[in-house]
Amino acid sequence: MTRLVTPQPSTAVRFDDVSLHFGDAPGLDHVSFEIRAGEARVIYGAAGSGKSTLLKTAMGLVKPDSGRVFLLGEDITHMKERELFDLRARVGVLFQEGGLFDSLTIAENVSYPLLNQRALLEKFRANGDGRVVEDRVREALRFVELEATLEKFPSELSGGMRRRVGIARAVVTEPDLVLYDSPTAGLDPITAHTIIALILKERDLRHAATIMATHRYQDGQLMAKFRYNPNSGEIERWEPDDPRVQAGTKIFVMDRGRLTFEGTVSEFQASPDPYVRKFLNPGGA
Amino acid sequence: MFDLLKRPLEAFQDFVLLSGRAFRNVFRSPHYASDIFLQMDIIGVGSLFIVSLVGLFSGIVMAMQMARTLTRYGAQGQVGIIVSLTLVRELGPVLTALLVAGRNASGIASELGSMKVTEQIDAMRALGTDPIQKLVTPRLIATAFVLPLLTVIADFIGLVGGFLISNFMLGIASSQYWTSAWQAIEYNDIVQGLIKPFAFAIVIALVGCFYGLQTTGGTQGVGRATTRAVVVSSVWIFVLTTIIGRVFVNL
Repeated sequence: MTRLVTPQPSTAVRFDDVSLHFGDAPGLDHVSFEIRAGEARVIYGAAGSGKSTLLKTAMGLVKPDSGRVFLLGEDITHMKERELFDLRARVGVLFQEGGLFDSLTIAENVSYPLLNQRALLEKFRANGDGRVVEDRVREALRFVELEATLEKFPSELSGGMRRRVGIARAVVTEPDLVLYDSPTAGLDPITAHTIIALILKERDLRHAATIMATHRYQDGQLMAKFRYNPNSGEIERWEPDDPRVQAGTKIFVMDRGRLTFEGTVSEFQASPDPYVRKFLNPGGA
Repeated sequence: MFDLLKRPLEAFQDFVLLSGRAFRNVFRSPHYASDIFLQMDIIGVGSLFIVSLVGLFSGIVMAMQMARTLTRYGAQGQVGIIVSLTLVRELGPVLTALLVAGRNASGIASELGSMKVTEQIDAMRALGTDPIQKLVTPRLIATAFVLPLLTVIADFIGLVGGFLISNFMLGIASSQYWTSAWQAIEYNDIVQGLIKPFAFAIVIALVGCFYGLQTTGGTQGVGRATTRAVVVSSVWIFVLTTIIGRVFVNL
């Protein structure tokens, strides 16, 4: 696969003291962090804790009330929508419910980012071959093992399949940063495992920066402790003492708009904080 | 006191901003021609039957009611004048716009509202498309183009309805009806009869899109947005017809 986007900035996302309110309710409360190129983060948080808001703010869909937001090395805090489009072409996103366009077929949905993002369109024109788009769409759908659904509409697919198409659409442009908003919400455990395996595969094959919001303990564990093995095509556990387990994926915990925990997976598991422990023992034991 | 005014004022400000962007996009690329034609088909062709039907009955009712009054003054022959003037100036534009508001302001609000609550609008922005350019401007252009045409059709079919009553029930000669109807209409009336649907179209499209894009709160929110879009656009149709009518009375 040839790369569509060239420069690898050192900072994928940076928040400097970002706050945001919806009416009187805080959406984000003085949030600061930095995620560098190629790193992965799992954001744990209850419903309404600000996970989705954080992801939307990171790509400029929501503007902060105060603080500064950097995306792929550029300050997007006051950037105009049209200027943001070129930057967003380098970001892939999976929305909570998939966010697929109901009026378009699966093939049209997946080709949408390729055909509607100016920065990418110019590259395709430079290639001068209309089939490039078609091939890439097929490749992305093959990646999520849904090549047979090209001409179907989103309403004809199951929830898990829609989520997989959402992943295909997020990664079809080979972005530098991929955001996943609750990719397993509302799915059965087996389908949820498949979705996380796909996210691992995308992370480990292309090493794009990855941020995943979730409330499921297992999702973060899989992200931090497993990797995709390209030889076997399966996901497998890292050796527990492998330093890459600690370095690659870190955990954030959010509570009512605040970033209350930031650390490695072992720090997360050892945390005495009662809110953090709720994610470790979902049963409350 | 000021808190009470704050929300409506904020909503009005958002509406003005949306309208400004929608109009600006008419002159900016990219233009989504296929979306414009699709909307013209949905709004124009889709409303044709119901608009014709209502046009026909409004002409029939006008002729029947007016004939009773006119007979009292021995002026039954003037029925064509009354039917054509009321239809072209007022009833044609207003009834057509109310029907299109009921059919399409609601349709637009529910479609955009569903897209909003399922994050399709956010997805559109994330994937490099301006939702106003892709969704609002095509609906604005399409409605502004087809509503005057629908109004002309409704006016004509209304006149035919009036003719049916005049000719078959009142025994007025065909030539007398059509000549009086045609001669009654002045240039001023035609301009008024075309400016009104153009203004109503802008209101219907923008109000529908505005409430659709403002939708929050899941499927219930979509229902609320749809109702508001119809109520608000209908009220504005009556306000605008009064204002435009007032301007033309003075001309």
